Amino acid sequence: MFESIGFNFLQVIVVLFLSPLLKGILSRWKERLQSKKGPSIFQVYYDIWKLFHKDQVFSHTSTWIFRFTPYLVFVAPIFVTLLIPVLTAYPLFFAFMGDMVGGGFVLALAGFFASLAAVDTSNPYGAMGASRTRMVSFLAEPVFMMVFFTVAFVAGSTIPYIVQQYWVASPSNFLAPSHVLVVVAFFMLIVAETGSIPVDNPSGHFELAMIDESKSLEYSGKGAALMKWGSAMKLYVLFSIFSNVLVAPWGLAVDREIGSVLLAIPVTFLKLLVVGAVLVIVESSFSKLRLFRITEFLGVAFIVSIAAVLTRLLEF
Amino acid sequence: MPIPDTTFAQHLNLLCAGLFLLVTLGLIATRQVLASVRIFILQSCLLAISALLIGLVYGSPHLFAVAAITVVTKVFLIPLFLRRRLGPDMHARREVDISVGIPTALLVALGLTGFAYFVMHPLVQATTADISANMPVGTAVLIVGSYAILVRREALPQLMGLLAMENGAFLAGISIAPDLPLIAELAAAFDVIIIVVVLGLLTKKIHERIGHTTVGELDDLKEGEA
Repeated sequence: MFESIGFNFLQVIVVLFLSPLLKGILSRWKERLQSKKGPSIFQVYYDIWKLFHKDQVFSHTSTWIFRFTPYLVFVAPIFVTLLIPVLTAYPLFFAFMGDMVGGGFVLALAGFFASLAAVDTSNPYGAMGASRTRMVSFLAEPVFMMVFFTVAFVAGSTIPYIVQQYWVASPSNFLAPSHVLVVVAFFMLIVAETGSIPVDNPSGHFELAMIDESKSLEYSGKGAALMKWGSAMKLYVLFSIFSNVLVAPWGLAVDREIGSVLLAIPVTFLKLLVVGAVLVIVESSFSKLRLFRITEFLGVAFIVSIAAVLTRLLEF
Repeated sequence: MPIPDTTFAQHLNLLCAGLFLLVTLGLIATRQVLASVRIFILQSCLLAISALLIGLVYGSPHLFAVAAITVVTKVFLIPLFLRRRLGPDMHARREVDISVGIPTALLVALGLTGFAYFVMHPLVQATTADISANMPVGTAVLIVGSYAILVRREALPQLMGLLAMENGAFLAGISIAPDLPLIAELAAAFDVIIIVVVLGLLTKKIHERIGHTTVGELDDLKEGEA
């Protein structure tokens, strides 16, 4: 039991300290693909380090929500990390505390508070960004629910470890049409949730076009560092669910040896980089959608996820 | 035929069928002409792969010929011809009109897919269990293709719908009739080329005469009045 708890905390440490690297590598690759030099892959670490040594400034009109939100944004992905397979193929100590839907709600709670905090400062751009984020996420919500219904229906459970075992169990499960459709729908969901390019431009600094970025505009010092770190961890967590549970449930540690768990760290990180490479290519080959086209984008994701349920339901 | 090989081929074929359905939904969702032609190419590639895999499962050389014919005609000849004849119309980066909203069109397409699965259920029992996805998916694509013809208002996307229908019929056909005589396949492939040539030329003429190919507005008998 103790090693189970230990591995669980190892997962948290991996997510904590590798997530800025993942984000750094992705932004580097993206710039490279656009024939620019790009920042160092450790840039996110430098940013977080720098911000932790700066003072914080709070607006007079803001309330406790504004001060509390960075901690929540930072902690929520850590909680989800306890529930999902980051390194091991077998369930760890906290695995049955919540399922994928529960994890989604924890992330949604952080998103909700981030929107409240953006409104809290009475900065006009904050409120605008917050309302746009709400629009994107309430459109993403049904897709999210349908994806997990499909997964629950196909694998008979929403606990990510069991789902992952199910895909590994036989190639006919893995290559079934419903699985392909679920993967596509979930990828579109990741694009929407991480604010990547067909939906939002993560590196944009033009306030009027911002969706996700504008929420953390008012933060400075430690608050900004925590928000940045939290969003890097959210990316890592979403990528982990995508690659370890849905797409490529291989390469995780299968036995309880400490060596194989440590070996799983670089292997899973490589898998995340492959997912990231796909995301970078998607981001560089599409242009940003107009705001009201986002409904169509997520509508397509919703239809795809329903098609996944339907093909599964009617197959046998 | 070694057995483990074919089970893997069957699973890969399932994957192909899933992607085939997905790509067809993409045909409904896309707004640009060039994108819909690319989707058609992708769809034809998937059809060829599926034919190859089923040929492996049944050990039938006819299906390898089907795959080869599909690649030659649908992946190379037809897009090449369309690009030659309808270059400007195809490369126009404007958005193609669709008579209902895209989410609505997709929902209807999804309903049609469900309908196809429902209708094909008795027939699916007749095919080998692991390539059973071809029948309903092919039928679904057949129906969705005809729906695409209904909702699209311009000639070229309608043509793409027609070709998608044809692909869907082929996908369903190869799973139940692996020993179809080669001459029938050749005739079908040739037919498609003729259809594309005729419709392509017609579209080009319409375009030359009245400057656009919005079929929905062609409701006058005499030209030059509207």
